[in-house]
Amino acid sequence: MRITTITTTGMTMITTLLDDFLIRAALAGVGLSLATGPLGSFVVWRRMAYFGDATAHAAILGVALALAFDLPVTFGTLVVALAMAVTVATLAARGWAMDTTLGVLAHSALAFGLVAVSFVPGARTDLSAWLFGDILAVSRADLAYVWGGAAVVLALLAWRWQALLTTTLNEDLAHASGLDPARERLILTVALAVVVAVAIKVVGALLIAALLIIPAAAARGLSRTPERMAVLATLLGAGAALAGLQLSLWQDTPAGPSIIAAAAILFALSAMFGRVRRG
Amino acid sequence: MSGLPGGRGMSGLITAEHLSVRLEGQAILTDVSLSVQPGEIVTILGPNGSGKSTLLRSLLGIVPAASGRVTRRAGLVIGYVPQRLAIDRTLPMTVRRFLSLPRRVADRDAAAALARVGVPEVAGRQMADLSGGQFQRVLLARALLARPQLLILDEPTQGLDQPGEAAFYRLIEDVRRETGVAVLMVSHDLHVVMAASDRVICLNGHICCEGTPRVVSSAPEYRALFGLGTQGALALYQHVHDHSHDAGEGHAHHHHHDHGHDHDHHPA
Repeated sequence: MRITTITTTGMTMITTLLDDFLIRAALAGVGLSLATGPLGSFVVWRRMAYFGDATAHAAILGVALALAFDLPVTFGTLVVALAMAVTVATLAARGWAMDTTLGVLAHSALAFGLVAVSFVPGARTDLSAWLFGDILAVSRADLAYVWGGAAVVLALLAWRWQALLTTTLNEDLAHASGLDPARERLILTVALAVVVAVAIKVVGALLIAALLIIPAAAARGLSRTPERMAVLATLLGAGAALAGLQLSLWQDTPAGPSIIAAAAILFALSAMFGRVRRG
Repeated sequence: MSGLPGGRGMSGLITAEHLSVRLEGQAILTDVSLSVQPGEIVTILGPNGSGKSTLLRSLLGIVPAASGRVTRRAGLVIGYVPQRLAIDRTLPMTVRRFLSLPRRVADRDAAAALARVGVPEVAGRQMADLSGGQFQRVLLARALLARPQLLILDEPTQGLDQPGEAAFYRLIEDVRRETGVAVLMVSHDLHVVMAASDRVICLNGHICCEGTPRVVSSAPEYRALFGLGTQGALALYQHVHDHSHDAGEGHAHHHHHDHGHDHDHHPA
């Protein structure tokens, strides 16, 4: 659809324009992977997969609220995702049964979000973009948000890396070393909310958790240290983003699912390679 | 009930005074007072559910006190070896990398620590691939790298066979002799651990009895807790320090009048 509009403006401009939005899309995918690689590794190590889902699904509600009150969408998703992440973390600390609690919260947030969106004029038509991502329509401002958010998350993780790893290993051990496990958990919670807020445009609310988990899972079989796994997850995530982008461009497939499908194929390859290598 | 068991009060590395801990409304520990002196090996004995781990976690500041207090000597460095450390299969972690958490250590120090605990060959191995004995020794090596004045070990030999257990406690004694580190550890098995201890504290929600291993093993409270059948086995592990204590000093006897000696009826 986009391409047909462009053809009317003349052949010479097509390539530059294509380049431009393609480059923006590619940069968005790569920038996001910088955050999702290391953060996704923590999500895998700490078994926070469902937690990521709940936070991401809540973002749809954030989108609806932001549109209804005419606020920036990134701001809306950030606030609601943060609220959800903090709620879940608090309930977990109080010993609620997480499987059920997250099941309730994740799906309720999505349902309320979808209902709320239906009340916002115009938003209904864009719904699939929020659910599945619209990486080819990433604007310069979106790109700034993605890279800014990724930088914040990377800085947080780098700053607390040793403490986060120790806490992930064993909270008592962290405590005995003078660390505060609750603080480290909060840092991951905030990082997750930031990633959700900036990722929704790229892969959509339904598949943010997949972008966190699948590259990290693919990296696991090829890694002997946590650092290597985080770096590999970043590279695999960036690779999947670029491959998914190609697929989306050629076949007009939805961007988010295309990226996740590419990540899943990388995971399958890694699993096979890992098995062969282990003999 | 005057003064602190272990007697020397403020000179202790870590001191609990009339410590009570409640978890989810249940009294886990009641009026526990103890103190660990520099260079001393203290073992806390108690049946399952007696609050041993909770006591250690409370001393470490992980579990808050409902009443009473815990004081640590200023600047005290504690090396902690937890009861269990289940490393998730999804987390790749070599032994070398583990030793650098949370404080990075030099390769030379890491190698020396592994050699000291008797597993110099495991540095490049994955933590998840270690045997039970190797794993516990690596945990100890990591704790020692912080150059602690106090080691706190929570049932450090769980899952080890009898020879492995004996070897581990010998290692603890050797480390204490070399570095002068004080050791506070928890156990529910009486035999091997007794030999390595200067002082034993019997715990069952409160301190039932306390003293040298030999004195404690003949205390009626101890027999009530653990049954009489172990006496014969304990005789094998008489401690060299025993003879040096006067009867009155070696056995700090706690009368809890509200509990009496009715340990069999103590709620689990």
